[in-house]
Amino acid sequence: MPRQFIQKFLTKNKFIAYALAVCFLIVTILLGISIGTVSVPVLSIIHIIGSNLFPFLSIGEMDAMHETIVISIRLPRVILAGLVGAALAIAGAAFQGLLRNPLADPYTLGVSSGASVGAVMTLFFHISIPFIGSFTLPLLSVFCAFITIMIVLAFARKIDRSMRVETIILTGIIFSSFLGAVISLMIALTGEELRQIIGWLLGSVSMRGWDYIKIFLPFFVLGAAILAFNGKELNAMSFGEERAQHLGVNVAKRKMIVLLAGSILTGAAVAVSGTIGFVGLVIPHLTRLIWGPDHTHLLPLSILTGSGFLILADLVARTIISPVELPIGVITALIGAPVFAVILMKRRSERSG
Amino acid sequence: MKEVDKMLECKRLTGGYSGDPILKDISFQVGEGELFGILGPNGSGKTTLLKMISGILPIKEGSILLNKSPLSQYSTKELAKMVAVLSQHSSQAFSYTVKETVSLGRYAHQNGWFQSWIEEDEEIVQRVMFQTGVASFEKKPIQELSGGERQRVFLAQALAQEPAVLLLDEPTNHLDLSYQKELLDLLKQWTKEKGLTVISIFHDLNLASLYCDRLLLLDNGSININEVPNDVLRKEKIKEVFGTDVERQYHPKEPVPQMVLLPGWKMPVTTEVHSIDIHPSMLQFTKSHIALQAPLPLRTMSSGVVGAGTGWHQTFVNRHVDKDYHCDDFRSDMLDFLKNHQFDPSTTVGMMTAVILEDVSYRFIEDDGYSVLVVVTAGVGNAVDASMSDSHKFELVPGTINTWIFVNGELTEEAFIQSIMIATEAKVKVMEHEQVMDPVTGTVATGTSTDSILVASTQKGEKLEFAGSITPLGKSISKGVYECTRESVQKSRKRFKS
Repeated sequence: MPRQFIQKFLTKNKFIAYALAVCFLIVTILLGISIGTVSVPVLSIIHIIGSNLFPFLSIGEMDAMHETIVISIRLPRVILAGLVGAALAIAGAAFQGLLRNPLADPYTLGVSSGASVGAVMTLFFHISIPFIGSFTLPLLSVFCAFITIMIVLAFARKIDRSMRVETIILTGIIFSSFLGAVISLMIALTGEELRQIIGWLLGSVSMRGWDYIKIFLPFFVLGAAILAFNGKELNAMSFGEERAQHLGVNVAKRKMIVLLAGSILTGAAVAVSGTIGFVGLVIPHLTRLIWGPDHTHLLPLSILTGSGFLILADLVARTIISPVELPIGVITALIGAPVFAVILMKRRSERSG
Repeated sequence: MKEVDKMLECKRLTGGYSGDPILKDISFQVGEGELFGILGPNGSGKTTLLKMISGILPIKEGSILLNKSPLSQYSTKELAKMVAVLSQHSSQAFSYTVKETVSLGRYAHQNGWFQSWIEEDEEIVQRVMFQTGVASFEKKPIQELSGGERQRVFLAQALAQEPAVLLLDEPTNHLDLSYQKELLDLLKQWTKEKGLTVISIFHDLNLASLYCDRLLLLDNGSININEVPNDVLRKEKIKEVFGTDVERQYHPKEPVPQMVLLPGWKMPVTTEVHSIDIHPSMLQFTKSHIALQAPLPLRTMSSGVVGAGTGWHQTFVNRHVDKDYHCDDFRSDMLDFLKNHQFDPSTTVGMMTAVILEDVSYRFIEDDGYSVLVVVTAGVGNAVDASMSDSHKFELVPGTINTWIFVNGELTEEAFIQSIMIATEAKVKVMEHEQVMDPVTGTVATGTSTDSILVASTQKGEKLEFAGSITPLGKSISKGVYECTRESVQKSRKRFKS
């Protein structure tokens, strides 16, 4: 089997994995900044970013319009897309390992919908918690995301103690539909313009600017760091909770930590970009397929690949039927839903075969 | 058990899943280096007990002491360094390689934020992979392995934890015969050499009996008995706990009991029950042999050339050989003889004699509920007084008394042995009454140097527990053997004189 051979060869060479993932990310960043109604040459991009990072080194003149486009519009957009993609991918990878479920991701588990409820509440009722100001939005989203995942898992366990893959996903879908209805109800009650809200719900990273990056970054760093330090535990837990406990993992504690970190990442991502589905499904799946399931590498690689993937998806979303901009969630769903179907079919044939 | 040796102690343990406790008032101890088996029917609480010892299920009442400290005082990591578990089922959602899977066993031993992999870890992982025979496919994804291979990978993972106590839930479940033996041999060796304590659930009573130092028999959440296998594996105990009839035997090579199942399925009863009885009409006489082909296999105890010992045999052959017959490998010669005459050697008891087969004598004795067929060929060419057999040089010469005793009835093992005793006594009496002399010592002989005996029973019909000289069966046998032997000796002597 050639694929197996490649997989074996690649799992040995983790350095190559990281090198390739970093290259992919850099290329997508450059493409994301370069392509648009006004095209910016790659060299100018490097020049502009370089001189902005290190002003004292500034050499030569640059196009002022290019600088504005890069610094104020495209760079923050690309960075936000990258961060959101990374957050969703690592959260998905963690949920999958924890639940031993290759179909789990923030979207299919209903966590994204939970976070949306929190975000919509904050946005449309103009809630602002004193002292934390602009962090109200992500905090409430994170809170709702965490509540949702806890309820979904408790509910799934109630139905089926063994927590089969399909049971969890079905529970997630039930909660997604219900929470979706709650959101629609809130929107109807506030009487806002529907098109704008649906656009937000399908996810977008446009016109967010640097402010959103500042809001999002602390959550991302916290969540990703927690998960990255739990790679070994996730490896153990993907053999089952009892097995993990026998191996010495404090399952009750670690499980909570992972769920919390996943909620932080998802909640914050939804707060800044809406619900973007399937990133957390597709990226860990592909990464695992190529580089193996070891979470100590799967998680960091998912961050790199996930951010590159969402930058690319955003690029396609805004250029494919330009000047009209598609919600980014449309692109990820177009790719993700078929992948979901393929994984499901593969599982079925594995079980019957 | 000495206080110092105690590795695990359960005191008045009660608990299980929420609701009604599955285990009630369980107390037992396991010593260091013991291989301790847990037996019991499905639902008796075996797995629950194991899960409580491994810290998965909470203890409702009572306590578990591990290495003299309560289980609750161990952190999950500390416990994993002491106790490793090999469960019956392992889920694997993702295709980790064998080595990645085994390496996870080192989790509890790694410290610090970065949990660095040191040389010692690598050495241990390599060693346990070698010991369990999984090293050769260490790079394979576990999802591609067979059930048995996967089980060994998880055993390697458990061993990589370097535990003092290994808990196993039916470890041989997915393994084929040779790996069952290998795994248990390995575990036994580790208990003896490294002092590893093994506590294992067994479904197979005989495997447990062969390998365990002690057995705990659980019955509906309580301890029925906790003793050495010889005391636990008793017919009545097994019947009481498992609710099925078994027979107990001893292992042919090891001093341990083995339980055998008694199938509930029986041959449909034919209209004529006696049709399966052994009857003189079944005897076939030819110049070269006397044979009896039974309609069903008979339980036998015999000292023939082939088919000796205890067993089940369907064909019985007494072969005539020449007086000067001399063959170094008489056994394979006999096998060839059987094959040439279309007898299946695997179901045949075969004897040899130099006696002219026309001198055979047989009796069919019927009594209340049973019957006995005795067939004797006797020649006293090399009669021996057994009480003075020191004076004889041993030579395998066929001048022989061959005795067959067929019983239509069910004999116990005692009855088999008593039948042989009584037949021998009857034969000795014939020697005396016929004044058969030992030519070397000049005293009355007790038999010949190469006598053989066969006791075979249909194991159907009347249950005959004893065959001593005062029991009806004993009387029938002694009468039959005495008369037949005497008659046969007389015939053969007459031929000799004429």
